[in-house]
Amino acid sequence: MNMTSATEHAGAPVAPADAPDAIIEVEGIHKVYSGNVTALENINLDFRRGEMTSLLGPSGCGKTTLLKIVAGLLKPTDGEVRVNGAPVKGPGPERAFVFQDFALMPWATVLRNAGYGLEVRGVAKREREERARHYINEVGLAGFEEKYPHELSGGMRQRVGLARALAVDADVLLMDEPFSAVDEQTRRKFQEDLIRLREIEKKTFILVTHSIEEAVYLSDRIVLLSPRPGRVAQIVTPEIDRSGDPEAIRRTTEYLDLIDDIWAGLRTYVE
Amino acid sequence: MASMSRTDNAGGPAHGLTTRWASALSDTPAFWKIVSLAILFGAWEFAGRIDFNYAFPGFLETMAALFEMLTDGSMAKAYLRTFEPLAIGLVISLTVGISAGVGMGLRRDVEWLSLPIFITMQAAPMAALIPLVTFVYGIGLASKVLAVVMLSLPVIAINSYKAVRNVPPSLVDMSRSFMGSRRQQILGIILPAASPMMFAGIRLGVAEGFSGAVLAELLITPTGIGDLITFNRSVAKFAHMYAAIFSIVALAVIAVSLLHRLEMTLFRPEKRGV
Repeated sequence: MNMTSATEHAGAPVAPADAPDAIIEVEGIHKVYSGNVTALENINLDFRRGEMTSLLGPSGCGKTTLLKIVAGLLKPTDGEVRVNGAPVKGPGPERAFVFQDFALMPWATVLRNAGYGLEVRGVAKREREERARHYINEVGLAGFEEKYPHELSGGMRQRVGLARALAVDADVLLMDEPFSAVDEQTRRKFQEDLIRLREIEKKTFILVTHSIEEAVYLSDRIVLLSPRPGRVAQIVTPEIDRSGDPEAIRRTTEYLDLIDDIWAGLRTYVE
Repeated sequence: MASMSRTDNAGGPAHGLTTRWASALSDTPAFWKIVSLAILFGAWEFAGRIDFNYAFPGFLETMAALFEMLTDGSMAKAYLRTFEPLAIGLVISLTVGISAGVGMGLRRDVEWLSLPIFITMQAAPMAALIPLVTFVYGIGLASKVLAVVMLSLPVIAINSYKAVRNVPPSLVDMSRSFMGSRRQQILGIILPAASPMMFAGIRLGVAEGFSGAVLAELLITPTGIGDLITFNRSVAKFAHMYAAIFSIVALAVIAVSLLHRLEMTLFRPEKRGV
């Protein structure tokens, strides 16, 4: 566990902007809504290649706004996001988004939903179905290809959302509270599967969450945001060995202590 | 366990069989539709037989008159006339209504420009404007087409507009995030997602179009089915008058149900099996 070394405050860049392993650089991002509501203030962050970074904070801290700016779905009022060194002007092929409410097309089968990203890119039907099938299998939904979203449980729907994001083979997966609409048991299973999936896929993940447990359980780095206006309050680097039994992680002292420490830090914003 | 065997014994095997048969029947929606119609027509026949009004024919008498009008060709001739303004009017309403509604849903400037017109059209009692239309366009086809359009257009346009506005924003974001073009967003996401509400508006609009067509034939000049109604009333052939009214109601219901079918096959594959 390494908490103190990375503790920094708003305004100070976290790492040199030209750090070689930064796949996404966020520089001086401000976001002001409808003239006077400041959602984000001077955000400077690097997201490192191959890492899973969580954006953690209470509601209203702008974590989803930041993720959508990185995705190119929202324009920042000021500042710049760079992916692989190139400034973000909109959504790009190197980023794929996983939505909080799954955002599945109710009129399309699992197979078509999972292949949607390839479909809009004009990939031929045979190839996109083959790739969609591969990722449907990888997220554990084999046999459900011809089902419609309303025939699936919440957890299964989000697996389709994840398969869709994986199928386009983006470098970065942006996940906006992917498990918040899923029941607790399913969420735990899903988190364990995600750890396993990370080992196979070797992608960069950015995860927005309001669950301290989830952030500590999954992430290499946790960015704590403070609310109104959203600022980077602290960066925490959990050093948890995730190579063994995924269920055992939840019993390690590192995991439990870090949850307590983060809660102690966040508590002031909630009260 | 004990309570289960008790219920089994109470009815005996014959009773069990009939309830099973009844429950199988009651699971089919067609059964309930037939029951509902049977009750309605039964009440109609009963009301006709108690002679509360000499101008009120029973169900069977009306059906006999309907059969007569169907076989002697008078009904087919009448519908050929009625369908002309109805078809032209509905084609105009569907094209203009859907494109205006989708346009208003997609663009704020189109919304500001045209939404007030449709809201006014929907709020105004159109039957009161038909004499005005006759005054301007005469008693020909143009007035009747206009009557159909005036009644069906606003509801189609406003529902299409609301349908597009109610598309979940995250679905559109999803398409954008995978770099779907604006065209792919509209054709692949917005229109299919809006289709249930849009079709609800289209069904209402088509039903309104039927009333527009009949209203025009009753208020402007008696032609087609409106002529069948007014003529038979004037010569006191009430069964025939009721048969003409019954036929237009039935046709409107059939048209609306066909539209529902069309929607299911075109846009809602996930509902087909249900």
